[in-house]
Amino acid sequence: MASATAVTGKGDTRRRLGWAPYALLAPSLVYLALFFALPMVNAFGLAFQGDAGGYSLEPVRRMLGDERFGDALTTTLLLVVIIVPIQFAVAMGMALVVNARLKGTDLWLYVFALPLGISELAAGIVWFSVFTEQGWLNSLLTQLGVLDRPFIFLDYQRPVLLILTIVVAEAWRATSIIMVILVAGLQGIPRDYLEAADVFGATAWQRVRHVILPLLKPSIRVALILRTILAFQVFATVIALAGSTTNVLAGEAYRWYSTLRDARVAAAYATLILVLSVVSTVLFLLLLPTEEDRPA
Amino acid sequence: MAEIHLQGVSKVFDRTVAVDDVELHIDDGEFMVLLGPSGCGKTTLLRLLAGLEYPNRGRVRIGDTDVTDLPPRRRDLAMVFQSYAVFPHLRVYDNIAFGLRMRKLDRAGMRQRVERAAALVELGELLDRYPSQLSGGQRQRVAVARAIVMEPAVLLMDEPLSNLDALLRLTFRAQLKELVAELKTTTIYVTHDQVEALSLGDRIAVMDRGRIVQCDTPGRVYSEPASRFVGAFIGNPPMNFLTGQVHGNGGRTTVTVAGHALEVAGTPDGERDGEVLVGIRAENIRIEVEPFPDALQARTRVVEPLGSHLLITADIGEQPIKVSAPADFPAHPNRSLWLGFDPAKVRVFGPG
Amino acid sequence: MTAAEQARVEPGPMARPGRNPAARRRRQVRALTYAAAVLLSLFVLVPIYLITVTAFTPREVSYEFPKPFIPGTVSAETVRFFAGSTGVLAALWRSVVVAALTLVLSTLLGAPAGYALARYAFRGKSAYRLLILSTRAFPIVILSIPLAVTFITWGIYDTTYSVALMHTGLALPFTILITSSIFVSVPRELEEAARTLGCTPLGAFVKVVLPLALPGLAAAAIFTFVLSWNEVFAAVILTLRQRTLPALVLAALNTSPLPFRFAAAWFMLAPSLVVIFVIRRYLLGLWGRVAR
Repeated sequence: MASATAVTGKGDTRRRLGWAPYALLAPSLVYLALFFALPMVNAFGLAFQGDAGGYSLEPVRRMLGDERFGDALTTTLLLVVIIVPIQFAVAMGMALVVNARLKGTDLWLYVFALPLGISELAAGIVWFSVFTEQGWLNSLLTQLGVLDRPFIFLDYQRPVLLILTIVVAEAWRATSIIMVILVAGLQGIPRDYLEAADVFGATAWQRVRHVILPLLKPSIRVALILRTILAFQVFATVIALAGSTTNVLAGEAYRWYSTLRDARVAAAYATLILVLSVVSTVLFLLLLPTEEDRPA
Repeated sequence: MAEIHLQGVSKVFDRTVAVDDVELHIDDGEFMVLLGPSGCGKTTLLRLLAGLEYPNRGRVRIGDTDVTDLPPRRRDLAMVFQSYAVFPHLRVYDNIAFGLRMRKLDRAGMRQRVERAAALVELGELLDRYPSQLSGGQRQRVAVARAIVMEPAVLLMDEPLSNLDALLRLTFRAQLKELVAELKTTTIYVTHDQVEALSLGDRIAVMDRGRIVQCDTPGRVYSEPASRFVGAFIGNPPMNFLTGQVHGNGGRTTVTVAGHALEVAGTPDGERDGEVLVGIRAENIRIEVEPFPDALQARTRVVEPLGSHLLITADIGEQPIKVSAPADFPAHPNRSLWLGFDPAKVRVFGPG
Repeated sequence: MTAAEQARVEPGPMARPGRNPAARRRRQVRALTYAAAVLLSLFVLVPIYLITVTAFTPREVSYEFPKPFIPGTVSAETVRFFAGSTGVLAALWRSVVVAALTLVLSTLLGAPAGYALARYAFRGKSAYRLLILSTRAFPIVILSIPLAVTFITWGIYDTTYSVALMHTGLALPFTILITSSIFVSVPRELEEAARTLGCTPLGAFVKVVLPLALPGLAAAAIFTFVLSWNEVFAAVILTLRQRTLPALVLAALNTSPLPFRFAAAWFMLAPSLVVIFVIRRYLLGLWGRVAR
């Protein structure tokens, strides 16, 4: 090398600086710190704050001791446990239909995805109009002669029935979220695998069980985690269908905040929802390990 | 038109050395091919020339200007990308005119130059189409037109033919050679296809693991490879390599392979006494069914009729060797063969 | 007959249409799939149809029993009643403002971050990505309550800005991941080609990447709008008098007459019918790719 001057190209300095990506990210990070991290910390602070400031378990105690607490907790858990599997099955059906690429796939996709843009409040009211005593379901059943008199589906004395109506409303509204994730996952499965299975004699059902489901596991896992977390927050649907007779965790948080004016107990409820979300996420991650989790 | 000088250029990505202290001089108007297997650093070197990467060490000069720290747009060059990178949202005309628009050329001048470039690549009729309406071959020509319309001092090409099917590749290769010869622009061309390299380049720089291992005319790279790597990479089939022994014997040096002494023109490099690699190309081997003086005996393993000739795989002892034979040669598996190496074409390399 | 002649004369089982068990099974599966598609579609569409009927028939129909599946009179009375109720138009407008603010803010903050994720390799990239993904695991509930308290201290409680700020926080991770995947789909070589043809890096972005990314970006922006439009919990916690539409409806829900509720549901629902249709081609990319 002839050159006597120690030459370090601009590549060195440019690489050392490389500030561009960080500059582009910074605003979002600052925003998230302010409006995500900070509130979360404050939530914990509020949930564990005593009347006179300072650390105290008072809000938590008040939450646990509230007469509606047990009801809210069990109802929420029940809803999650019932809704998620049902939605998953329906979403899988929708996803397979879309993936089958029948005539008019565009149309099916649009229809199945419609509920994505529908708020839980609107969905709740829609199904209220169906299940209410003078609603559509009763209209249909009496006109068909199945019933003599309208049946009270939204009967606060029959919580099981109420829960079922909530399940239906939620299933209607939020299944598309799972479906879209599954469809995207399905489209990521190379046709070659399915064709190979066909050549080796697999029936449609066998293809689903042995090729599609295993390859879909990452998408399934994400869909389950997301939907479960969202399910823990069920709120407006319950109010629209059952008013204040049925309690769920998010509803209680709202009640403590606005009616009872105790932000700290509300924060305690919120923290409980967070804990449940985290626990369920961890459970899903453990129960459904995917290729990426296994050590290389 | 300009000469290029790369001086001590190195580029490191994370922990990998992509380009290792490369020194290269390219003459004005020369067609230089950078050839090598994937990962050898040829594309990185091209991108360093383009200014899409900056070197960690070394300087790059184009003409009289040190361009090492300059961005691509200040380097008076144009590039044809492997994927063509034709802008999908612009018509063919606007694609070709893109660079001229950046230079704020006037409408009339621009139109004239675009039409001329389009004519050179036979795209004259397609100027109003969108890239999505074109075939792969046509899109490739748009990429070339877009580059040559700039009348750059240096033309860079990153494997422009590799995405075409075999037949098109052959046709385009000839057309490209004609075009570049007419334009007389200094061209740097990256490829992993040694046939392309041999056919297009004025000189070929063979690269391996970030270094240039030989930079020579196609003829010399083919018949006088500097290392086993080059000999094996260039030519189809690759050069044969046999292990042999070299003996110093007073003034003369002898090389033996499988017990037979070979005549070798020129002194082998490496140890005076020891193991060497003897390189010989399939077409430089005399092949007979009957023994002749100084012939090596071999046993036929596979016979591949290739139309114009036979490609015979045989074993000399334990060592495989590929030999070209005339199409009517009576070859059968397991038959004995007798082979003779043309002494002028034998190359000797150090072991390993 | 020789074996060859026999093979030519006797068509194998695959050649006879309808007699082949595999083809029959395939047709059965196809028929089943169509049936499933229709059933599922009805499941989605019928309730929407029903609420539309309720909203576009006279008020009495809301109380009528049995309800007419085919409406007798079509009338905008219910809808007008709703729109004319106290505070509804103002709430409607506020929802639009909040959604628009959310759209703008989350795009301004999120698109650059998305570009950085798409184009650069830098230290901390996977950590940042994981951080963004994990924010989706965090319930809104836990954010809105402390934010309400914070906003009170800052003096911006019960304003459209505060709701927009909260919604932007919700939408931001989504926007970042979406824009990132949109920019990834524009090949880097296009930008590089532009840079060799005389563009500055910013120029290359504006002239080449932006035109190609615009449809996807627009779809993402529209979706953010809908997200904000539909959001209930945070809106009802963060506002008192300056309610957005969902917040207003929820707060008044159990004391409001049936026609009000039904018309409200339709109002909240209707934009999404149009929106989902407009962005249907991007839906998979938007939602599907966000999942990792």
